[in-house]
Amino acid sequence: MVSGLTARVRVVRDHFTLDVAVDVAPGEVVAVVGPNGAGKSTLLRALAGLEPVGAGRVVVDGVPLTDTDQGIAVPPHHRRIGVVFQDYLLFPHLTAAANVAFGLRAGGVGRAEATRRAQNWLDRVGLADLAAVRPGRLSGGQAQRVALARALAPDPRLLLLDEPLAALDARTRLQVRGELRRHLRDVAGATLVVTHDPVDAAVLADRLVVIEDGAVVQTGTPGEVARRPRTEYVARLVGLNLLAGTAEPAPEGRSGSRVRLGTAAPVVVPGRHAGPVYVSFRPAAVALYAEPPGGSPRNVWAGEVVGLEPAGEAVRVEVGTAQGPSVVAEVTPEAAADLDLVPGAPVWAVVKASEIEVYARG
Amino acid sequence: MTRRRTGAVGVLAGLLVAATALAGCGGSGSPAGAPSPGGSSATAVTGSITVLAAASLTGAFDRIGRDFEAAHPGTTVTFSYGSSATLAASITNGAPADVFAAASEKTMQTVSSAGDTASTPTPFVSNTLEIAVPKGNPGGITGLRDFADAGKKIALCAPQVPCGAAAQQVFAKAGITPRPDSYETDVKAALQKVASDEVDAALVYRTDVIAAPGSVQGIAFPEARSVVNVYPIATLTGARNPTAATAFVRYVESAAGQQVLADAGFAKP
Amino acid sequence: MLAVPALVALVFLVLPLVGLVVRAPWRQAPQVLTSPDALAALRLSVLTATASTGIAVVLGVPLAWWLARPGLRFASLLRAVITVPLVLPPVVGGVALFTVLGRSGLLGRPLYEATGFAFPFTPYAVVLAQTFVALPYLVLAVEGALRGADRRFEDAAATLGASPLRTFLRVTLPLVGPGIAAGAVLAWARALGEFGATITFAGNFPGTTQTMPLAVYLALETDPGAALLLSVALLAVSVAVLAALRDRWTRAW
Repeated sequence: MVSGLTARVRVVRDHFTLDVAVDVAPGEVVAVVGPNGAGKSTLLRALAGLEPVGAGRVVVDGVPLTDTDQGIAVPPHHRRIGVVFQDYLLFPHLTAAANVAFGLRAGGVGRAEATRRAQNWLDRVGLADLAAVRPGRLSGGQAQRVALARALAPDPRLLLLDEPLAALDARTRLQVRGELRRHLRDVAGATLVVTHDPVDAAVLADRLVVIEDGAVVQTGTPGEVARRPRTEYVARLVGLNLLAGTAEPAPEGRSGSRVRLGTAAPVVVPGRHAGPVYVSFRPAAVALYAEPPGGSPRNVWAGEVVGLEPAGEAVRVEVGTAQGPSVVAEVTPEAAADLDLVPGAPVWAVVKASEIEVYARG
Repeated sequence: MTRRRTGAVGVLAGLLVAATALAGCGGSGSPAGAPSPGGSSATAVTGSITVLAAASLTGAFDRIGRDFEAAHPGTTVTFSYGSSATLAASITNGAPADVFAAASEKTMQTVSSAGDTASTPTPFVSNTLEIAVPKGNPGGITGLRDFADAGKKIALCAPQVPCGAAAQQVFAKAGITPRPDSYETDVKAALQKVASDEVDAALVYRTDVIAAPGSVQGIAFPEARSVVNVYPIATLTGARNPTAATAFVRYVESAAGQQVLADAGFAKP
Repeated sequence: MLAVPALVALVFLVLPLVGLVVRAPWRQAPQVLTSPDALAALRLSVLTATASTGIAVVLGVPLAWWLARPGLRFASLLRAVITVPLVLPPVVGGVALFTVLGRSGLLGRPLYEATGFAFPFTPYAVVLAQTFVALPYLVLAVEGALRGADRRFEDAAATLGASPLRTFLRVTLPLVGPGIAAGAVLAWARALGEFGATITFAGNFPGTTQTMPLAVYLALETDPGAALLLSVALLAVSVAVLAALRDRWTRAW
């Protein structure tokens, strides 16, 4: 199978090395997610031919565009890779229609035909009325759709989107995200989206590639990644507590396993596991008590409140424990008030074993 | 003894002169004192003077200035060279100067009719036109008739400037209609075009050809004698140092001064 | 407090022009300004300055683009070389043009020997002299505009399949349009006022190479009044043209 994108690029800059392999099948949407400075935009520019590649290979639909071993470096204008840039970069001196027609004209399509096709594209993204408008008078969402139409009009082999929603305010963002998802579903070729926003990534992409410090740290469907984060960064992104430990199954005849986390008391988890594992659980699965809980619940950590922040309807409480990990709990505002949760207050955190996800590490 | 030369109109020079004159007021001879004849007792002649002179006099006057200073220790001559018309305009506009040497009697006339000359302008040299050609005479110029040949590249001075006016008269008297390619704004510009071999010939003063670099050579022609340009010299009413000014004019007219001028290509008036 | 120096600057620039207008002998105006030589000089000035500006734009914009490219080696040296005509006395510029394009210049001699044509004393020489002094103004203005422009638009054009030339013509040029216009206006103004290089390289012949500044200079020798009138006429024409162009060209989209 040679369709879609197969890429492995290594770019070395002053104090930073990007070394990433990405494959995208035709019709698939892959999101590259990572913190700022992880190398996402560098990857995108390298794929588009806008950034020199130190070593590697970029093949799109079987055509090698970059191959440092063979000395291949196809210039950007011969790559047929469409790009939606972060702030869209619509040509300010051209109308929306002329922006969309630009790539067609560059590809040798006649003026009348290019205008007709550009109009079609504007129809498809719902901007038929704005054909004669200059970018300066378009709203953020409209500009984004024009940018998408412009990138798609010349029928690229690969579509790249750099933070396509970052330039939008929160309200339009929600609506535009849904529309963009719909349009990307219709793209027959491979699509790669770069974003730092996990929600954007989850909504837009079929598969995520998480990169940190220039290297891939995790790949998988948005569901997989969200359920089983493998780095602190991803866990924070998807809002999960993530702890690394070593599991040993409970003795014969008893269910569950125990996971050792450094010096803290072991955590009891469901299922039988052995060896290095990750343990993850939702903040909402953590219950807080102002006094040592009665009975004999398992997975209790004594600690103190480190910080509080509102999270939607709830309050997120970060609890630092003396010997164990720090965990994030999510409680109702009423509970926060009842428990008198202020930074420094002593608190007991309890996690139900059934709420804990365990998966192999490494 | 320092000598200064400025290319600018004599305003700056005038200021310098004024400063030196003020400084010397107490010690030196009375400015109202009777002018002493050239070559006699030098004690009466001292201090600084400013001489405004036509640009064509540059080389000869520099030399005369040095000789004059040597003959009268304690004197300093500052020259300001330029187009006669420009210098005349600056004099009538009040530029402080002691002596004016013009390249045409007409120009001197504008200064004396404005009441700015202290002595009667007297002719001290004359100048005639000569054909200047690039070294080796690539255009094969033989005489004034070649100036009517449209096939030759010819530069003349513009009729508005003295060398152009003289050229017009020469052609009129010779009955020749010149066909120049350019009317240059001054002699220097015309000569520069000859020196760089961009024109086959130009009509300039004999003194200019002699003063020009080796890349220019002169061709004398008989019609030149029909138009003689006379240079008058006079002391000015604005003179701060009339004694030295008069002495300088005498020196220019003396045998020694005349010899320097003759060496530069000037003829007797 | 900034108003004081600003006002001083304005007065310093405008007052001499007012002086010209006030001192000009207006009664002579009809006669001086309608003389064939004056009209020919004005016409030649406007035509040659416009031609020089056109050449400066065609040659200077690509040069500016090249200079503005990031990572260009010896960029500061090149920029210094390009700035030289700004500090060179124009007369020296004229002499320098002789050495290259004169009848016995480096390129001028073979041209003259092959065709019998020489630039000096032709209107072409006027245009060359003006272009020589005006080009740096255009290059520096456009280079500044290019440096200030967002080069990522060129990336966007490239990903849409536009060749570097197409990108330059369709994206870069329009984006720096106001900068080019400003540079062209500067170049035109400089060319219109050109004196030293023109008189040296092109000579002075009414109708052929005598531009307004040359006519003014010669008029000063004999008729200062006429010189004032000619200066005011040149001033009026240039102010009218610059005002009209500024409005039309430098308007952004």
